Amino acid sequence: MSDSQAAAVQGVAHGEAHGQNPALLHHFADEEQQKNASNFGMWIFLATEVMFFGGLFCAYLIYRGWYFADFAAASTSIDALLGGTNTAVLICSSLTVVLAIWAAQTSRRGLLLAMLALTMLFGCAFLGIKGIEYKDKFEEHHVPGASFSFDHVSVPSHPDQYADPRHAQIFFALYFIMTGLHALHMIIGLGIFTWLLWMAWKGRFTPEYHTPLEIGGLYWHFVDIVWIYLFPLLYLIDRHK
Amino acid sequence: MSDHSKSSPLPTYFAVWGALLLGTALTYEAAKLDLGPFNAAVALIIATTKALLVALFFMHLKGASEKLLKLVVISTVFFLFILLALSMADYGTRLWS
Repeated sequence: MSDSQAAAVQGVAHGEAHGQNPALLHHFADEEQQKNASNFGMWIFLATEVMFFGGLFCAYLIYRGWYFADFAAASTSIDALLGGTNTAVLICSSLTVVLAIWAAQTSRRGLLLAMLALTMLFGCAFLGIKGIEYKDKFEEHHVPGASFSFDHVSVPSHPDQYADPRHAQIFFALYFIMTGLHALHMIIGLGIFTWLLWMAWKGRFTPEYHTPLEIGGLYWHFVDIVWIYLFPLLYLIDRHK
Repeated sequence: MSDHSKSSPLPTYFAVWGALLLGTALTYEAAKLDLGPFNAAVALIIATTKALLVALFFMHLKGASEKLLKLVVISTVFFLFILLALSMADYGTRLWS
């Protein structure tokens, strides 16, 4: 056995002899440092995600500035009530995430499993409502491409004017790309939470160690924050006319 | 990290949840009012408040003591701001389009 292997085995045995959590990896000084490192890593990743979505938001803001009237007309055709409901659904799911972490912190296994399952249920509800919205857009021929049509739709602020279909198509392109990318993140989040639910079921989380829950939670909250901005920007452009 | 003297975070969580739902309703209703150019500003201010609530309380930034973490979060917002502000300033100051 090499020196480092012998030292590693000795280190593990040494650590367990001192009552350390076996989840503590040997290159961390203590559990708190390990937890902070994991947390920090996820925040770094979220920073890249902010820039990822940020580029799309930038494109949206520029086009909205150029073609405000046409964007307003296009925005009026998507269902703000469904969008608002989806916002509420995600807000509730963020609550169940923090409740799941609290359940892990206080050794409430039943509540932990219930909150994780509920979070996933809310996520599925969000995707279901999104599906209904997409279906409506398909039926109305608002999907960019060969079959796109947006003729004779009045601009909200000037009912005698019609919106330019070319500019409306840009709105719908951004709508599908941004909400589609967001929905993809939602699906990935559901995958992550399936894994968390599985780990929780197997009893891997304790008050001392539940870092995957916190990391997964950070990702989920980020997806929620993106939608918090998407909703007013896409659905509520010029609704008061 | 265990702080056995900490009081329950549950009341805070439910208060933030309520505030978020309230903010959503507010955004929806405010969109129905005619505030001219301020509609967008109001919507974004409410959205930013909601995002801050999620980040500070649900993502546990408020209790975080690591300075490096706070630096990363602030830089992220800063760079996003540069992306948005300078891009829009570029296009906004082009007289020909």
